[in-house]
Amino acid sequence: MHEQLKAFVRGLRQTAYLMVGVPDYDGYLDHMRRAHPDRKPMSRAEFFRERQAARYGGGNGRCR
Amino acid sequence: MTSLVKQIGWIALAVIGAFALGTVALARGETINALWIVVAAVAVYLVAYRYYALYLANTVVGVNLLRVTPALRHNDGLDYVPTNKYVLFGHHFAAIAGAGPLVGPVLAAQMGYLPGMLWIIFGVVLAGAVQDFMVLFVSTRRDGRSLGELVREELGYVPGVIALFGAFLIMIIILAVLALIVVKALADSPWGTSTVAATIPIAIGMGLWMRYVRPGRIGGVSVVGFILLMLAIIVGGQVAESPTWGPVFTLNGVQLTWLLIGYGFVASVLPVWLLLAPRDYLSTFLKIGAIVALAIGIFVMAPDLKMPALTRFVDGTGPVWSGSLFPFLFITIACGAVSGFHSLISSGTTPKLLDNEKNMRFIGYGGMLMESFVAIMALVAASIIEPGVYFAMNSPAAVIGTTAESAAATVSQWGFVVTPELLTQTARDVGESTIISRAGGAPTLAVGMAQIFAAIAGGPGMMAFWYHFAILFEALFILTAVDAGTRAGRFMLQDLLGTFVPALKNTGSWTANVLATALCVGAWGYFLYQGVVDPLGGINTFWPLFGISNQMLAAVALMLCTVVLFKMKRERYAWAAILPTAWLLLCTLTAGWQKLFHADPKVGFLTHAAGLREAVARGEVMAPAKSLEEMQQVIVNDYVNAGLTVLFMFVVISMLFFSIRACLQALRHDQPTAQETPFEQLPGSSVSTGPVGRGM
Repeated sequence: MHEQLKAFVRGLRQTAYLMVGVPDYDGYLDHMRRAHPDRKPMSRAEFFRERQAARYGGGNGRCR
Repeated sequence: MTSLVKQIGWIALAVIGAFALGTVALARGETINALWIVVAAVAVYLVAYRYYALYLANTVVGVNLLRVTPALRHNDGLDYVPTNKYVLFGHHFAAIAGAGPLVGPVLAAQMGYLPGMLWIIFGVVLAGAVQDFMVLFVSTRRDGRSLGELVREELGYVPGVIALFGAFLIMIIILAVLALIVVKALADSPWGTSTVAATIPIAIGMGLWMRYVRPGRIGGVSVVGFILLMLAIIVGGQVAESPTWGPVFTLNGVQLTWLLIGYGFVASVLPVWLLLAPRDYLSTFLKIGAIVALAIGIFVMAPDLKMPALTRFVDGTGPVWSGSLFPFLFITIACGAVSGFHSLISSGTTPKLLDNEKNMRFIGYGGMLMESFVAIMALVAASIIEPGVYFAMNSPAAVIGTTAESAAATVSQWGFVVTPELLTQTARDVGESTIISRAGGAPTLAVGMAQIFAAIAGGPGMMAFWYHFAILFEALFILTAVDAGTRAGRFMLQDLLGTFVPALKNTGSWTANVLATALCVGAWGYFLYQGVVDPLGGINTFWPLFGISNQMLAAVALMLCTVVLFKMKRERYAWAAILPTAWLLLCTLTAGWQKLFHADPKVGFLTHAAGLREAVARGEVMAPAKSLEEMQQVIVNDYVNAGLTVLFMFVVISMLFFSIRACLQALRHDQPTAQETPFEQLPGSSVSTGPVGRGM
């Protein structure tokens, strides 16, 4: 039960972050470890800045 | 037999939905509870999701559970990330929901709640959600490419450029209309203006904090930002009453227009982390929170609808916007029923995050159903207000005058009895000096939301707080959209102009950036200014133009989907896309034609211009102009608006031509010609080639 609650809260957190265009940092680390063990992953701050710049870089549309 | 048992629940749901719809539609002369509308909508959504969306997924497009999605193929942990479907649903919904589904239904309520409700419910099921879902499918099958690229690949280079050009024009109109809504909501409202102004330092503080103190941590700082916003609302009440600060923040429409234009320019050249991003975070969370709170509020309060099911204004003589039910209702409510802008999201970030094709139905179709539900709630919020108050708030001053007495007299004459006392009392309740002619939808929605929120939290004493909370919530995400849209428009413009003057393409060049930004701000600023000085309120002119352009984009997206279905050799199912396309073409082209040539000067731009020219010839001055020079300016405006309408119609008609040509070409081939990324099987799946998966 406790585990489920934790997973739920984690999901909510991920949802909130992705809503503003920031994907899961732990997921990114996981991916880098698996796919590119030779490369040094970005730090959390670098990752955040990179995502922020990408989100507002070009055209995006929404139901304004 | 078991499947039959399973169906019984769905049949029961369908019956409940039909009963609720019948109750709403057939009730005459007695008040109806808003929950009937909500129940009818939700039942239709669920049944459509269970049956029609499944049919679309399995039969019409043929999703393949074994196919690798772009998120898996290009997984980089950044742009392409296989994402849990509920998390992705949140992302997609936050991206598509905006001012559109909130404002359109409020404006449409002038014809009564019934036409708007029916269009929202059936429009979404047969058109809007179909578009969002199909574009998501088409883009996912093509590595998550954008709508412009998809049109270019599947239809050709020229249609691709035309579509991009159309999208830029639509962007300009949308930004102008959104800014106009903010101006209408904040004009002569020191409380609202000071609260919205306070969001700028709050956002900058958050931005600096996230940049330098705790980078990458959004949660805590957003909570602090939210608390500061609530404080700003409370302080705003004091500011409005202060003899020194009150007048500082009491600005008229023209002053606000210039401020917004200047703001739009400065904000969109600042680094994104400083202002745009933090305010985007605040507005996104506030938007989702307010939508959830509104849903809870409607269920708890279960208000009665005061607006009649149909008003006399179905004949097209309404004061809020001009034009008859067909075609103008169907373009007034764009988002919520069908919105072309969603095709940009469905071909933007979402397809790059989708972990399996089976989830397209939930994200694409389901996400749009959710947005439609927001539109239903906005319609409810507008319909629980006293109709007399609704019309006093939404009619232009040129029609009802500027005093409570004149407004009450005119509106009562229309059959919506209201006393001047009620109008002044409502204004006092929400902490404003007046509510008369606060067109644009946002203030009306704010009054409705304030009534709902005050009923469940705080009582009448909290009305003013909740009203300004609702204004802030709308202004915040509109300002974010203006900022982000100006930025995006600037990139589009640099791209377009770069084909002629290559130096302008360089986004590293300060001169090129400033020039493109100035052009972009100037373009929407022109329309905004024109709307603000218009004695009929501007919304009258521009909301239909926005609706036409948005629905035309939807038609373009659906035409693309039709072409893709033909190219996949699935033309026997293409009616699912052709049906909504045909309806949208009919509505938008009729509306466009009427905006040009309708004999009523309130509807037709050219008729309006002709009337003014005759007046000029006689040496007369007609409102909004105060001199003959201004008359010329208004005539020029009319021609600009007419020209824009012609351009929109040209874009959509040429897209129709290219689509038909592409479909005919596809028919001549006996093999599929769609340019999908080649099939790649999901690793770990056992079946060799993909029979289309059932059981989603």
